[in-house]
Amino acid sequence: MEALIALVIGVLTAGGVFLALRGQTFPVVLGLTLMSYAVNLFLFVMGRLAIGVPPIISDAAAGYTDPLPQALVLTAIVISFGMTAFVIVLALKARAEFGNDHVDGLEREADRR
Amino acid sequence: MNVPDHLPILPVVLPLLAGIALLALRRAPLAMQRGAAVAATLALLPLALALVQATADGAHLVYKLGNWDAPYGIVLVADRLAAWMLLTTALLALFALLYALTGIDREGRHFHILFQLQLFGLNGAFLTGDLFNLFVFFEILLLASYGLLLHGGGRQRVKAGLHYVVINLVGSTLFLFAVGTLYGVTGTLNMADLAVKLAATPPENAALVQSAALLLFGVFALKAALVPLTLWLPAAYSHTSAPVAALFAIMTKVGAYSILRVYSLVAGEAAGPLAHLLDAWLVPAALATLALGMLGVVASGSLRQQAAWLVVASAGTLLIAFGLGSPAALAAGLYYLPHSTFAAAALFLLADNIARARGELADRLESGPALPRARLVGGLFFVVAIALAGLPPLSGFLGKFMLLQAALDSTRMPWVWSVVLVTGLVGVIALARSGSLLFYRTHTPHGEPAAPTNAALAPVVGLLALVAGLTVAAGPLSEFTAATAAQLTAPQHYLDAVLGGAR
Repeated sequence: MEALIALVIGVLTAGGVFLALRGQTFPVVLGLTLMSYAVNLFLFVMGRLAIGVPPIISDAAAGYTDPLPQALVLTAIVISFGMTAFVIVLALKARAEFGNDHVDGLEREADRR
Repeated sequence: MNVPDHLPILPVVLPLLAGIALLALRRAPLAMQRGAAVAATLALLPLALALVQATADGAHLVYKLGNWDAPYGIVLVADRLAAWMLLTTALLALFALLYALTGIDREGRHFHILFQLQLFGLNGAFLTGDLFNLFVFFEILLLASYGLLLHGGGRQRVKAGLHYVVINLVGSTLFLFAVGTLYGVTGTLNMADLAVKLAATPPENAALVQSAALLLFGVFALKAALVPLTLWLPAAYSHTSAPVAALFAIMTKVGAYSILRVYSLVAGEAAGPLAHLLDAWLVPAALATLALGMLGVVASGSLRQQAAWLVVASAGTLLIAFGLGSPAALAAGLYYLPHSTFAAAALFLLADNIARARGELADRLESGPALPRARLVGGLFFVVAIALAGLPPLSGFLGKFMLLQAALDSTRMPWVWSVVLVTGLVGVIALARSGSLLFYRTHTPHGEPAAPTNAALAPVVGLLALVAGLTVAAGPLSEFTAATAAQLTAPQHYLDAVLGGAR
């Protein structure tokens, strides 16, 4: 279980870094999204992996799982969601300003004249 | 309700409420919005002064949100350092806002709202005593800064903004990885509790904790524009509007503040595996930042670009002081911090005045028509240049002098002295060249260029008056920063104040 989760986080991060280094805004936005998925998963499992236990102390249950990472990850999800929405709008604006989706806004020869 | 008890949270809540009120007022007449924005920003000043006074005796004001005891609840902590940063921010914000009132706030509809939210994020970051809340306040100030950076629009601004947003999103991701690892190992995010738990890290977790702490350092270094994470700054700062660039002069200091706050707590003498963690990295990187910043100043093609590179150079100087880490060096850095913030902001505002008066040439460093009111504008430029280059008699000189003196008993003294002195000379040459190009090598203008108005020059004069004030009151102020440094090098009081009976 630990190995699987670690592998998932690793692959998501690697894919995110690869895409974030691309030259077009769309892959960059996707890369940032993958990285934020990876970090959300990472934060979540920092409360340790447990199955079938409630996030609160209860006499009926055998144990409990740490509720704090769940609260942290909710905050992180909301923030990264907002940021992704913002960066998509910004990328669209850059696309409209430059006429292409290169991150440096490289202009085509035809546009420059 | 007893107001003094709630003092530490007021500088956080006030800009938030002001931002919300301005959002409700966004269809109201401009004069009303401006009045509300100025009133809210002015109100931060007495709050910051009250906090300085309340913390001047060395007290830590701990504000428990929801009255939950640390480490279970979230705390805000006001000490001398936080109060000092709040005061600097309040003064800077006031003059940046006054400059925006000359018409720049009309270029987009949400300027005043975003400005208040930016202050909300800044003040929160300075006051929080919790690592995750530091992340949240970072995100708030960043999100507001994205909007402010793009205020007014334009191709260059959108391009610089895109780069700024993407690199900061990557930084936020790394911040969360570091925070997650620290939580996974210690089970706490309260900075004081973290310091206690990290000092007792078992050896098998030492490598994990060290990598998390260095990852966190990388994030703060990105905000502080430390080499090699510098290159996003010049484009972003030189292409945004002048009042925003002036306000952003404090943003690199947020990174430097975070380094100082977190590592003075978790990487001090008694910090177990983290003791002296940054010693090998911070000073060399800061020296490189200063050198690169000054080279950028020489190579700049426009005055605003030059101002942006000067921000990089001042971040380098500041981090040299924080990296040396002795009480004397910290005191010098903390004295230099408001000086470099005010002086850089003054140059951004003055550059905008010059750019507006020169028409098509804008602020490019090329000889052009003589400026209207050249004596006044040139005189102001002369004073700003003296302040930024660190020449006597202004506070830049005093700050650098204190830093050099503090470096005397460090093993890195030859490096610090040579880099600080040589870059100082390079800065003087570059600024003298800019001044002579802009004010001496001129020809008679065709037509009647628009003269800089008094309203637009007043914030520059105000910021320079603050620099003069730092110089005149250097004695008591450097005593205050020395006391702050003493407080930072003895983190035990902070831990006792926050954790209280919990230990």
